[in-house]
Amino acid sequence: MKQRLWLMLFLLVALVPSAPAAEVNVYSARIEDLIKPLLDRFSEETGIDVNLVTGNADALLQRLQLEGRNTPADVLITTDVGRLHLAEARDLLQPVSSDILNETIPAQYRDPDNHWYGLSLRSRVVVYSKERVDPEELSTYEALADSKWADRLCVRSSSNVYNQSLVASLIAHNGEQATQEWANGLVENFARKPQGGDRDQIKAVAAGQCDIALVNTYYLAGMLGSNQEAEVNAAMAVGVFWPNQPGSGSDRGAHMNISGAGVTKAANNKAEAIKLLEFMLSDEAQRWYADKNFEYPVKPGVEANAILRQWGDFKADELALEKLGEYNAEAVRIMDRAGWK
Amino acid sequence: MATSSLSVDNPLNRRLWPAVNGWTLVQVGLALLLALPLMTVVASWLWPRPETWQHLADTVLADYILNSLGLVMGVSIGVLLLGPVPAWLVTMYRFPASRQLEWALLLPLAMPAYIIAYTYTGLLDVGGPVQSFIRDSLGYSYGDYWFPPIRSLGGAIVMLSLVLYPYVYLLTRTAFIEQSVCVLEVARTLGLSPARRFLRVALPLARPAIIAGLSLVLMETLADYGTVQYFGVSVFTTGIFRTWFGLADGLAAAQLATLLLVFIVVLIGLEQHSRRAARYHHTSNRYAAIVAQRLYGWRAAVAFTVCAVPVVFGFLLPAGLLLNWAIDSWPRIDQAGFLRLMGHSLGLAVFTAVLAVALALFFAYGRRLYDNIGTRLSVRFVGLGYAIPGTVIAVGALLPFAWFDNALDTWLRAQFGISSGLLLSGSLFTLVFAYLVRFLAVSTNTIEAGLAKIRPSMDEAARSMGLQRWAVLRRVHMPMLRGTLLTALLLVFVDVLKELPATLLLRPFNFNTLAVRTYELANDERLYEAACSALAIVAVGIIPVIILSRIISQSRPGHDGEA
Repeated sequence: MKQRLWLMLFLLVALVPSAPAAEVNVYSARIEDLIKPLLDRFSEETGIDVNLVTGNADALLQRLQLEGRNTPADVLITTDVGRLHLAEARDLLQPVSSDILNETIPAQYRDPDNHWYGLSLRSRVVVYSKERVDPEELSTYEALADSKWADRLCVRSSSNVYNQSLVASLIAHNGEQATQEWANGLVENFARKPQGGDRDQIKAVAAGQCDIALVNTYYLAGMLGSNQEAEVNAAMAVGVFWPNQPGSGSDRGAHMNISGAGVTKAANNKAEAIKLLEFMLSDEAQRWYADKNFEYPVKPGVEANAILRQWGDFKADELALEKLGEYNAEAVRIMDRAGWK
Repeated sequence: MATSSLSVDNPLNRRLWPAVNGWTLVQVGLALLLALPLMTVVASWLWPRPETWQHLADTVLADYILNSLGLVMGVSIGVLLLGPVPAWLVTMYRFPASRQLEWALLLPLAMPAYIIAYTYTGLLDVGGPVQSFIRDSLGYSYGDYWFPPIRSLGGAIVMLSLVLYPYVYLLTRTAFIEQSVCVLEVARTLGLSPARRFLRVALPLARPAIIAGLSLVLMETLADYGTVQYFGVSVFTTGIFRTWFGLADGLAAAQLATLLLVFIVVLIGLEQHSRRAARYHHTSNRYAAIVAQRLYGWRAAVAFTVCAVPVVFGFLLPAGLLLNWAIDSWPRIDQAGFLRLMGHSLGLAVFTAVLAVALALFFAYGRRLYDNIGTRLSVRFVGLGYAIPGTVIAVGALLPFAWFDNALDTWLRAQFGISSGLLLSGSLFTLVFAYLVRFLAVSTNTIEAGLAKIRPSMDEAARSMGLQRWAVLRRVHMPMLRGTLLTALLLVFVDVLKELPATLLLRPFNFNTLAVRTYELANDERLYEAACSALAIVAVGIIPVIILSRIISQSRPGHDGEA
């Protein structure tokens, strides 16, 4: 009896390689350069092939929706929580149960119903000219609408989702009315018409076109870690200020966003998909993210990159991230009304 | 089929409501299929979105309209300044480097608009080397000096003009080459000065070509997203995406996109009108060789400068900058993967170009054979996609195909218990289809213009000698159209090579192109890394551009090698 069992086990093992290779299909809003190496590593480790399409998050979402239950996609990866929320709201993701995911990721960085999970963190902070601004003058996001910053602030277009998320967080904390007034004041303070990306705002501060700017942490770190002298010099000219810290008048913490992922509702390879998400939370993967794209690891205990560590610890806003998705459209309307181009 | 054997483009014989014939039916059917994405977009009006429209009207709509109009007018002026005069100079005169400039003037065609925008921004923005140099060497700080802001409506106009003027140059030059010298000789004997011969005779004769080129330019301008988005200029395309993604209102976004269609219908109307006013068949069969006049001294210097400026700013400077960045980043990029990207880009571009030319020939010839409302409308219809942003076309194509796939799958499952999955929508089929919807205007316009120059009496002569319709096309028209067909082929090729948004949305798994790669890195604000693939697009695009130029110089009727 026992021998037969061994024989069966042996046969099973022998048969496995001839079965079709396990695979998982990924729609990723994270660009190929920042995800492919990690996926290759996953394939090496598990033998599961990963097929990848990258693209604009909204467009991928639309594709997922139109393809319906026959979509080949098993996993959706985005670089902001708003789109994950939208995917959930459109019933494109399914809840998964994984102890590894639930135990590793702090509660505010994952969906309460397990539809999506944060994979890495970033904050939207104020950078200031070390030459012309005393960081003592800065305090909160709210205070950026103060007229003392008139013609001194640079920020990119309101079409950018990171700005939309930031404004959504202000709606969640302060309400629509107050946020509209804030946005009106902020627009008054613009040193120039919103344009370019976050790195461009940093360069504009360094060049003297404005004194402060709103940017995501990893853009500044990316410039500091660049091998272009001009980029490093511009980044060195600015300092990082963490808004809304204890003692600033509002101590809810700096605005946070995630890159994250969820398993699609129509997934044919659910087990492999969950395995992929769990791999993304391994120490190795978290460290790779941290060093390659200068994001904060979502997994407690994994150290951030040295460039980020030099900015010190900070208090993070603990607002439930799905709020950012809920208030996104309202945020756009508020910015339209304020004349934030 | 025996119904309309004599209905070649002859006004007396034109039938508006045709007796049904196979060609017309197939043509109308194909046109309807290709119109699917646009019909999907137009159908969005079935679900009115008054709240979103109210919000747009209260806040940003006026901006979208004014900026779009400003962009269209600015680019029109830009390309009319840059295109026709050099075309005239290199055709009629010889001056230093005029032979080289003849093809070099086409080079900016290979440069995607968003890439030229990235390079000039890198160069001219506040933090860029030029302004840094001004500050460092003069001891100025920001605000002490005036510098034109590159990221502005004006900047967008300049960028788009620099890469789009070749359409006008190309078509105008072809027209100049094909104009009968006799007309110009007559003008000369009547004592018209060179400037007047250009303004009063050659230019008016070339008007259809100029307007055809201009309408291509304006459609590209209206569909552009990369440049305006990067420069923070609010126009229709940026508004469509903002409404779609930011306000999460896809229907209102599609409705905005239909307003672009209105622009285009007006454009096409204008073009048709300008053609209708006069007939531009070549009136004389005497094609003496153009004897280019040699210029000396300051005249040569002026001619050289006028022709060199577009090449320098539209190509040499940005390409040089890209090369500089590419050399810097080459060791850091995945070089093996790079060849695969090139293969994908080339394969898609060649395949689509061949298909687009075949279809355009079918459509244009169908209209020549059977000039009825069906063929006429179908030719107009397939051209509409050119001014619609690629993403909108892509979703418009995905929607019906995905619906079809899912419906088929459901039916098969219910009847036979098997699943077909996504047949069309997950494959390159949908992508090539979207390219065709977007770029058929280019091949159709080119081939229609080429066919129009062949006199109907040719067809009649061929038919009277017993040739069947297909044989007329193959043995009479195709040889005469060789230059036109290749021009259409190469224009579509270059367009597909540069295409980004539809590729991004519709490509299958593990399939990237040079344009996608460039966009991903540039959008992540890593211009140096983006430079290698950007340069590869330009390099791959240059080869056909040079071929194109050679064909055109040889395309003069009577030139050896031509039938």
